[in-house]
Amino acid sequence: MWYNAVMDTCFDKVYDCIVIGGGVIGTFAARELCKFRGKFLLIESGNDVAVGTSKANSGIVHAGFDAAPCTLKAKFNVAGSRIMWKKCAELDVPYKQNGALVLSFDGSRDVNALRRRAVENGVDAEAVTAEFARALEPNLSDKVVSALYAPTSAIVSPYELNIACYENFTANGGEVRLNSAVTGIERVGKLYRITAGGGALLTHTVINAAGLYADVINNLVCSVKRKIIARRGQYVLLDKTAAPVTRTVFQIPTARGKGVLVAPTCHGNTLVGPSAEDVNDKSDVSTTAEILNDVFDKGRLSVPCLNKRDIITQFSGLRAVCGDDFVIEESEDGFFNALGICSPGLASSPAIGEYLAEKVAVKLRLCENEKFDPSRRAITCFASATDDEREKLIAENPRYGNIVCRCECVTEAEIVQAIERGAVDLDGVKRRVRAGMGRCQAGFCTPALIKILARELGVDEEKITKNGTGAIVSGRLS
Amino acid sequence: MNVQKAIVVIGAGPAGLAAAVAAYDAGATDIVVLERDGHAGGILNQCVHNGFGLHTFNAELTGPEYAARFGELAAARNIEILYGTAVLSVSSDRTVTAVNSRGMIKYTAGAVILACGCRERPRGAINIAGTRPAGVFSAGTAQRLVNIDGKRIGRKVFILGSGDIGLIMARRMVFEGAEVKGVAELMPYSSGLRRNIAQCLDDFGIPLMLSTTVTEIRGRDRVSSVVVASVDENRNPVMSTAREIECDTLLLSVGLLPENELARGAGVEFCTATGGADVDDGFMTSADGVFMCGNCLHVHDLVDYVSRESGACGVAAARYVTGCGIGKSDAAVRVRTSGGVRYCVPQRITRGGCGNLTLRMRVSGVYKKCKLRVSADGAPVAERNRPIVAPGEMETLELNAEQSRRLRSAECVEITLTNKDG
Repeated sequence: MWYNAVMDTCFDKVYDCIVIGGGVIGTFAARELCKFRGKFLLIESGNDVAVGTSKANSGIVHAGFDAAPCTLKAKFNVAGSRIMWKKCAELDVPYKQNGALVLSFDGSRDVNALRRRAVENGVDAEAVTAEFARALEPNLSDKVVSALYAPTSAIVSPYELNIACYENFTANGGEVRLNSAVTGIERVGKLYRITAGGGALLTHTVINAAGLYADVINNLVCSVKRKIIARRGQYVLLDKTAAPVTRTVFQIPTARGKGVLVAPTCHGNTLVGPSAEDVNDKSDVSTTAEILNDVFDKGRLSVPCLNKRDIITQFSGLRAVCGDDFVIEESEDGFFNALGICSPGLASSPAIGEYLAEKVAVKLRLCENEKFDPSRRAITCFASATDDEREKLIAENPRYGNIVCRCECVTEAEIVQAIERGAVDLDGVKRRVRAGMGRCQAGFCTPALIKILARELGVDEEKITKNGTGAIVSGRLS
Repeated sequence: MNVQKAIVVIGAGPAGLAAAVAAYDAGATDIVVLERDGHAGGILNQCVHNGFGLHTFNAELTGPEYAARFGELAAARNIEILYGTAVLSVSSDRTVTAVNSRGMIKYTAGAVILACGCRERPRGAINIAGTRPAGVFSAGTAQRLVNIDGKRIGRKVFILGSGDIGLIMARRMVFEGAEVKGVAELMPYSSGLRRNIAQCLDDFGIPLMLSTTVTEIRGRDRVSSVVVASVDENRNPVMSTAREIECDTLLLSVGLLPENELARGAGVEFCTATGGADVDDGFMTSADGVFMCGNCLHVHDLVDYVSRESGACGVAAARYVTGCGIGKSDAAVRVRTSGGVRYCVPQRITRGGCGNLTLRMRVSGVYKKCKLRVSADGAPVAERNRPIVAPGEMETLELNAEQSRRLRSAECVEITLTNKDG
């Protein structure tokens, strides 16, 4: 029977590994796989990568003091945190080791417990006085009584990291299928046959990095069934002019998560959030007034000067939670799970990616790929260039002289490159080059972005969407 | 490229053009106007309705027609306008860095006039919960998509905020065949002009729901409905009044914010009440030779007022560069506001200045049968009786030479709103 199945497709189209899921875990694993010689495919159900959990999170590279010792979370977080800077340098992704403070409002007991955990995990962290903390961050509340200071905590642009891994994967010969939801996986002999996007694909191994839907994928194959809970996190984002803190400011964590943080983003905005509520619908990324208010009030406990007038947008992300720890293992022969990768998933992503790629390579006895090129260059950013560099950019490409997004100073040249690199809608452009991410939230640049997208993609303006579904303009006036 | 210019005007909207024309006529002919768009006129180009120019040209024009008139005035003077040119920074020593597809340009300017206009407050700034589907537009973005790009943006429309653009777009959407389900306004009064409520809502039977807000946006790919609720006296929604209104489009007309990133970069002092710079009666900011006018100084109701104010700004800038101005205005009396007057432009009146003063102000609530009064050291200098004042309508006090002189020499200048008999 399996013979027929194989004959359905082409023999030379047997992949060594198919990675399911174009989030930061899937693309990192895919990118790390390219260090070995083989045929690799990334499948993503969305129309772009970085469209799920990876696009809406805090962007914190946690130092690793918080995870319970001896868990996979602790192992991968600590390892990921140590190599993230190098990966970001290779991939040309914004990364900043800004340090973190964990605030205690009612005594030093909690801080010391956290510090002991940090020592156990091998993470550099020290208990500091409130005065010390306020010397580092003058806007901290005067109700802070003590704090843990973790200098190795960092921030990264999560979707840019995700997109950079994807680009580096394809540059090294990796294949991609977007808009391809996996609907079936069968074991055929020693291979897996994956039905996705209407086609059948054969592979020796599978990496399941399907985020919120990794349980569905797991349950198609594995004897141990899994259930993923979507735990929503609501955030508010503040204008760059606010900048109340330069370090990531946590509160003592609770069983529900790391609590509400106030943190700068790599681009100078400030995030306040997230909440933690379990939702039934895995696509429910709505926000609620009550929780947004609660999040903001909690943020104000740490940093009382936070002002609602500085808010430029609100959003939600969904964590994929499966029990207390990550599930990272070869669950069936050649079927590798990266499941339940909630926080500290982003911080862990480079380590998880390396780990899974190596497991696959060992399993299939793949040779090293001497041609692997680890470096990827970001789209040259006009806003952060010097005047001399700008002059050169415009001389080479006059579209660098046309500012389309005035808030973030994004030029037409950057937008066109974002589309050339895979953006197909407004949000895809926004994540790649920040057009529409500023204080007017695309009020001014939406009409221009629609035009540029339609022109570059060769489609009608009426076909341009915000995020794959839901056209922005519904037709022409007669 | 480095260029010397007597006056660099930033923005070729109504404010920038009026300032440039007036500065030219006042003797400063070495002017360049920098415009990021491909044509002059700014937001007027998308305001295809009429009602512009009644004061300035004694004619009822559309926005593009009004802009064209000023464009002609600028063209007749051969004033240089550089299109497709965005200004990246302005320094306090009047270095203006701009960019276009030919490269970078650094202007060293005798005077800089900031006429950058304003932008709309976005959804994020007003904290509406719910989903983030397509179909949520600020009213001005919708106006551009419909009037310039010729797009259909929705069929069932709800509007939050009764700012003038929202009111005008309510009517516009009806003209384009859409059903406009209503306009909600958080405050107990509209922030738009009374004439727009009459002509854009009442004439088309569109309900205006005062003390009402949108509490939630629903819909996954496209807006499917909004939840609307009344608010209490503290502007908090009363959820027992919440009801769902089916629509595919939500337009937001919830306030305009002066666009002042450049001025901020130049380090000028700001007025919290206006969101614009703190200026003297010659429209000079706290940075020597850096002027500001139009909607980036304070948001206006009528373009005619913008043109007039900007003309005065242009004249002052010309005087400054030709040496007959007043220079850095450290000798000035600050205009204080009280009793329901929220702000006054100018914020400072120079002692050494000349000419008649025009004071432009907004009030903080709706008051009936009242009197605007400006006093110098406690003594009334000018008064104006008003049957009704509202935050949505700018008030002005025009002072004659004698009255202006009294203010310039006063220790304390104050504007108040009193009841008519007080």
